[in-house]
Amino acid sequence: MIHARGLARTFRTRRGPVEAVSGVDIDVSPGELVGFLGPNGAGKTTTLRMLTTLLAPTAGTATIAGCDLLTDPVGVRRQIGYVGQSGGAGPDCLVADELVLQGRFYGLTRARARERAAQLLDQLDLTGTETRVVQTLSGGQRRRLDIAMGLMHLPTLLFMDEPSTGLDPQSRANLWGHIRALHAEHGTTLFLTTHYLDEADALCDRILVIDKGQIVAEGTPDALKRRVSGDLVLVGTTEPQRAAELTGRIPDSSAHAVEGQTVRFRVPDGASVLPTLLSELHAAGVAMTSVEVRRPSLDDVFLTVTGRSLRDAEQPESAGVPV
Amino acid sequence: MTTTLTETRLIFQRSMKQSLRNPAWVIIGIVQPVLYLALFGPLLVPVIQNTPGFPPGDAYQVLVPALLVQLGLFGSLFVGFGLISEYRAGVIERMRVTPVSRVALLVGRALKDVVVLVVQGVLLTVLALFFGLRAPFGGVVVALLLVAVLALAMSSASYALALRLKSEDTLAPVLNTIVLPLLLLSGILLPMTLAPTWLYNLSRVNPFVYVVDAERAVFRGDFGGSVVITGIVVAVVLVLVTVGWGVRTFQRESA
Repeated sequence: MIHARGLARTFRTRRGPVEAVSGVDIDVSPGELVGFLGPNGAGKTTTLRMLTTLLAPTAGTATIAGCDLLTDPVGVRRQIGYVGQSGGAGPDCLVADELVLQGRFYGLTRARARERAAQLLDQLDLTGTETRVVQTLSGGQRRRLDIAMGLMHLPTLLFMDEPSTGLDPQSRANLWGHIRALHAEHGTTLFLTTHYLDEADALCDRILVIDKGQIVAEGTPDALKRRVSGDLVLVGTTEPQRAAELTGRIPDSSAHAVEGQTVRFRVPDGASVLPTLLSELHAAGVAMTSVEVRRPSLDDVFLTVTGRSLRDAEQPESAGVPV
Repeated sequence: MTTTLTETRLIFQRSMKQSLRNPAWVIIGIVQPVLYLALFGPLLVPVIQNTPGFPPGDAYQVLVPALLVQLGLFGSLFVGFGLISEYRAGVIERMRVTPVSRVALLVGRALKDVVVLVVQGVLLTVLALFFGLRAPFGGVVVALLLVAVLALAMSSASYALALRLKSEDTLAPVLNTIVLPLLLLSGILLPMTLAPTWLYNLSRVNPFVYVVDAERAVFRGDFGGSVVITGIVVAVVLVLVTVGWGVRTFQRESA
């Protein structure tokens, strides 16, 4: 569905050229739900804008839904749907008007566009908003409307740029549910960017991790997490030094650290070492306040792959890079 | 070609609906020329009678065609502000990912501005009749057509500029800087025939001066002269250049 080779984009700025994306290869098969994960300014949006014909690459080639990105951008536009970061529905327009018009852009007849709009509004829990002005919708409703707009012409491939940014946790969970349902029902290939690890984890079959304009890791969320050496075990205790002596002897454990009243370390299978550890600590008379085993998160993956945590990597987009 | 026409119509209808939902702006847009008509027109009557060098015709035959051009200039040049807020809402980007022709994206919008402007122009002319304007019907029709062409040019330029600057804070000073010399050198308030030679020559660089001259000629019923032809040619060239620029802006990758 997507085959990109060496896609790159350099922006000219007053302070000299900035390489926003430096040669990425992307392969997405039909029906996949792929997440493009990275901190702000990593080159996610720039890559997405190249794949959706909004921005011409400075180097590289790509075939999107069977059409060549460079020689047949109109063909690509016919095949894909796009849900941009800032939405897309006119704030002072009526919901139904914008949907029908979007369908007409792709050559649907008025009747067919109306039918399709009603169908999508129903699917996305927006029935009853037809005659509302877009800016009176709630954040979650508006986001779902943006997605409906992107799906009006039944695209085989849908791009979404930061779908849940700015939504409250409840609306996010609701949106994820809708995205999963759309993907399951229609088999639409989905390619979304996100800088939320939980979003990538919850939604995606496969994740591409991008940092500083390059893809630094790729795989299923589980496979990526396996690259991090094991689970994180946290033991809360009033005697951290004595506890650390004991945890230090656990076979295959690593990354030992004491942080205040907490002793932490990594071990391939956290759950299986707990019984022995607990009885040893108990026998040694070390009082415990809490015990926790954490499965590796994509945050850990990001840290392992790039040497920085995703939060540290967050920085404002460089000047000259369109947001 | 038929698809481009259909797409232009779709964009036009969308823009028209937006305007009709906020008709206040159509009224606000016409207030300025009406004020000129009411508060400046009476002043011009004695001035014209006593000043040599005025073009032929009475005060309102001189003033009203100029106000129509002013309407075309000011009324359409600020439409770009609306485009910036739509750009910010992601509307432009969303439309640019669809297969819709870039010509339609620009011209559909600009045609809405033309319609609004012609309606304002008709209102202004009808109002001027009460102040004592007498002009041949055919002349008024030609004048309005010419203003329509001018409006298409101005709103295309405004959209192109807005889409390149992408900020109201930059667009406002840029437009004001462009508009003021264009206005002063167009002979809208007083005909440039009254000007000293250097100023007159300078005004000849301004395309609008030719349009104003042509408007005044047709209001007098003077259709045959080269003034009218020149005004039409200038307006048509202006529209070709600005629409071309606008379409290129919509095509441009970072727009």
